[in-house]
Amino acid sequence: MINSSLRQLSALLRARKLSSVELTTEFLRRINALNPRLNAFVSLDEGRSLAQARAADARIAAGEGGPLTGIPVAWKDIFCARGWRTTCGSRMLANFVAPYDAHVVERFDAAGLVNLGKTNMDEFAMGSSNETSHFGPVRNPWNTDSVPGGSSGGSACAVAARLAPAATGTDTGGSIRQPAALTGISGLKPTYGVVSRYGMIAFASSLDQGGPMAKSAEDLALLLNLMAGFDARDSTSLEREPEDYARDLERPLSGLRIGLPREYFGEGLDPGVARAVEAAIVEFRKLGAETLEVSLPNTRLSVPAYYVLAPAEASSNLARFDGVRYGYRAPEYEDLMDMYCKSRAQGFGAEVKRRILVGTYVLSHGYYDAYYLQAQKLRRIIARDFAQAFERCDLILGPTSPSVAFRLGERTADPVQMYLSDIFTIAVNLAGLPGMSIPCGFGEGGLPVGLQVIGDYFSEARMLNAAHQYQIVTDWHMRRPPEAA
Amino acid sequence: MSLTLDEVRRIAHLARIEISDAEAGQVREQLNGIFRLIEQMQAVDTAGVAPMAHARDVTLRLREDEVTESDQHRLFQSIAPQVEEGLYLVPKVIE
Repeated sequence: MINSSLRQLSALLRARKLSSVELTTEFLRRINALNPRLNAFVSLDEGRSLAQARAADARIAAGEGGPLTGIPVAWKDIFCARGWRTTCGSRMLANFVAPYDAHVVERFDAAGLVNLGKTNMDEFAMGSSNETSHFGPVRNPWNTDSVPGGSSGGSACAVAARLAPAATGTDTGGSIRQPAALTGISGLKPTYGVVSRYGMIAFASSLDQGGPMAKSAEDLALLLNLMAGFDARDSTSLEREPEDYARDLERPLSGLRIGLPREYFGEGLDPGVARAVEAAIVEFRKLGAETLEVSLPNTRLSVPAYYVLAPAEASSNLARFDGVRYGYRAPEYEDLMDMYCKSRAQGFGAEVKRRILVGTYVLSHGYYDAYYLQAQKLRRIIARDFAQAFERCDLILGPTSPSVAFRLGERTADPVQMYLSDIFTIAVNLAGLPGMSIPCGFGEGGLPVGLQVIGDYFSEARMLNAAHQYQIVTDWHMRRPPEAA
Repeated sequence: MSLTLDEVRRIAHLARIEISDAEAGQVREQLNGIFRLIEQMQAVDTAGVAPMAHARDVTLRLREDEVTESDQHRLFQSIAPQVEEGLYLVPKVIE
C-alpha cells in the first residue's frame, strides 16, 4: 500500500477494497513511528485528518468524488490551511493558526483529499538543506546524517520515506526540484502563474510557484490537474483553459528533441551525478529521442542575479512581520521602534535576516541601478538564452543538483557555498519556465541523483510524458530508502 | 565593495532588525561574502537590455470596484499579540 501509485490507491478506494480512513491511519502510524528520527512533519492533527478521511469515504460510498478523493497528502507548512498551525518554518509564525485556506488547499479539500499534516521546511523557504528551520533539520531517509535538500525538505522526506503518498512544495530557486533530487523522488515546478500563490506565504513573489512532489511523473500529473487553475485573488495567476496534464503520458518519445546544455556538464559536477545523468540520457535515446548540444552561457550568472532579486523581494514581503497584527512579538521593549526591531530580531533566524539585509541594501538609495536593475537585465538575458535553446529542442535535460545530498552541517558556515547548490535550478525560476526532477540512479555514498527536465512555457504535459516514459523502462523511482523498507 | 560596520548597522535599522555589536561583525563578514558573489554581475555589459521585472509579461487585471470581503475582524484579531476593543495595541507613539 505504501508503495502504490495514486492511480492504484484510487482504484482500491473506489472498489471499496480500502477506505480512506484505513489509508490515512496507516500513514499516520508510519509518521508516528518514523517522524521522531526524520523530523519531516511539524504539525499533525489526527482528528482533522481522520474526519476528512471519513467524509471522503462517505462521498465515495455515495458514488461521488473525483479521481483523488480519499488520498492523503502532506502539505508544506508554507500553505495556509484554516485552523491548522502554519509556521513557514519560523519562530515568527510558531503560534500562527491560519484563519483562511490557500487556493490550492481549497481545491484539494473540495476534491476530497485528506490533509495528512504540515511538513518541515527551511525558514520562509530560504535554504537548500532544511537546516534553517526553527523546528530543526529534516534528515534524509537514505542517510540520516545527510540533508534532504530544501526548502521543501520535509515534503521530500515524507514522500521518500513513505510517510505520505504525495506532498506539496513550493519552488523559488529550486525548492521542489533540489530536495526531490536529493531524496530520490519526483517533483515539478510549473510555469510561473499556473498555480495560484494565494495563501502561500510569500518569499519572492515574482519567482514563487507551488507544485506537486510524489513518487512518479504519473502521480505528479494527477496532482497538477488539481493544483493548477486560475484564481482572481493572485494578481499573477494566468487565465488559461484548464488542461489535462496526464493526456500525453503514453505518447512515444520518437522525434523528441532533447537539448543538453554544455554548461550543465562541466566543472563542479560530481562524477557520480554525471554518470547517472549520462546513463539516463542513453535511456532517452533508446526511447527514440534525439539529443543535441545547446548552450545556456549565462548559467553561472543566474546565482548572483537571483541573490539580488530574491532577497530584494523578500525584504519587502517580510516587512509585514512586525509583531502587531499576528506572529511573534518580543516580550519586552521600550517603544514602538524597539518593539519592531526586537520582535524581528528574535522572530527571524540568521539566514532570513541575512537575506532581508541584502535585500534592504540593494534596494536602498543610490544602489538600485547597480544591483536591482542590473539583476533584472541579467534576468532578461538568461530568459533569452532559454528561448534560443528552445528554438532547437523540445526539452532540456541535465542534473538537478551538482552533488548528491551533503552532510548535515557541512555547508552551514558559508552561505555562499550553500547558494551554489542551486546553480542548475535558479535560472528556470528567473525565466519563469517549468522544471522538474526525477530520480535517475545513485551516486557517491549510495545517495539518489536527480535528473532535471526543463520545458518551454506551458509544456508540463510534454515533460511529464517524457518522465513517465523513462519511468516505464527504469525503476529508480520505485527504489526506497532503508527507513521505508 | 566592502561594507563597514556602520553600514551594517544602518541597513539593520532600515530593516527594523535589532543587531548587537557582536553580531554586527559576523554579519558584516557574511554579507561581504554574499556581495563578492553578487559583484560578478558587474562584469556583464547589459547596455540596451530591458530589465525583466517579472517571469512573464503579465498585465495586471482590474476588477469591479465592489465589496467582496465580509467582516472577519474578530477571527483575524484572535491571532494578534495584543488587542483591545477591536483595536491592535502597540506602545504609545504620540504623547
